Amino acid sequence: MDMTAAVAQGVVAPPGREDGEAPLTRPRISVVPVRGIPIVAIVLVLLVVSIAGNWLWALDFFHVVGGGLWTAIDLFVGLVVGPIIGRMSIPARMEFSSRFMPKMVLLMPTLVTMTLGSGFQLARHLGNLSSSYPHHAWVVASFIVVGVMAVIALGLLEPANIAVLFEMRKPQPDGQVIGRLMQRFIYTAGITGVMQIATLVIMTRLATG
Amino acid sequence: MSDSPRARARPGAPGDPSLPPVTEIAIATLALIVAGGIYLAAHIPQPVALGPAIGLLAAAAVLLCVNAVLVSRIRGFARTTFVKVGSWTVLAYVVIAGMLEYVFVYDHTPGRVLAVLSGMLVVFSLDVPLVLAYTVARYQVGDRTAAVEHARR
Repeated sequence: MDMTAAVAQGVVAPPGREDGEAPLTRPRISVVPVRGIPIVAIVLVLLVVSIAGNWLWALDFFHVVGGGLWTAIDLFVGLVVGPIIGRMSIPARMEFSSRFMPKMVLLMPTLVTMTLGSGFQLARHLGNLSSSYPHHAWVVASFIVVGVMAVIALGLLEPANIAVLFEMRKPQPDGQVIGRLMQRFIYTAGITGVMQIATLVIMTRLATG
Repeated sequence: MSDSPRARARPGAPGDPSLPPVTEIAIATLALIVAGGIYLAAHIPQPVALGPAIGLLAAAAVLLCVNAVLVSRIRGFARTTFVKVGSWTVLAYVVIAGMLEYVFVYDHTPGRVLAVLSGMLVVFSLDVPLVLAYTVARYQVGDRTAAVEHARR
């Protein structure tokens, strides 16, 4: 058993830092950050209100802000953060993940719901869903891209995210299991990140006509 | 990456050949639902032939049932964790599916199309929690193993 795996499994104490500070300690991990739930609830209520009120500006706001953040986070996590995590030692990954993953659990589903709910309603109001719309093929292409991303995110990425958090809550987490699940998370985040480039192409095509 | 001896010895550990292809089937189920949703969304508000969407929904429902049976037959599975994670996730996905249902009803989606879309949302809000809870539970100590360890203490 190598040192990193041993530390990850809690067999030996993690070494002290080179700067002489105290050894790394594992933070208490909460799978869902409870403090964020009221913010999510407020966002969802505002989304429902803007749909019910046919408030076009609000729908546009939700779609642009949600879509922009979703795309940017996917690209950043998939293409920048992911490869960095991939090169970290398992204890370092665990420390990073214990702070990063719970935030993703709340953030990403909220952004996705916000973007898709408002986007569908906006497209319906503007007549973009109609097959007579000149760029209808681009709209359908966006459905397909989002659909593929949804299958990857919901079937592979999110389960890996949650499973990592549960593994890290154990008294003796298995470093190998965390490594495998994080690898899955990084690969799928990379794929969805690349697919977001297709979303950017489609959305800019639709916006410019 | 090879599995540690501790992981190999545990039922449900990665690479355990006794585990059924639950994740793969769940992804196929999700893909069928998404394909059906894209097919309908690409046609509404115009009239749409429901045959392909109903076919996709039926296939997805069958796969979901198969998956539920496969999970129920895994020996030494951490069912308590599976149910705990699954029930909270179902709650979350019922909220998401409810939002989508609300939009469909609000937009006066025709009755038969709405029925198919609702069926898809039901399968969706059960399939995602199933794969999520399974992925978590497969790495946990099974209920029977935990009981034996507790008795030894």
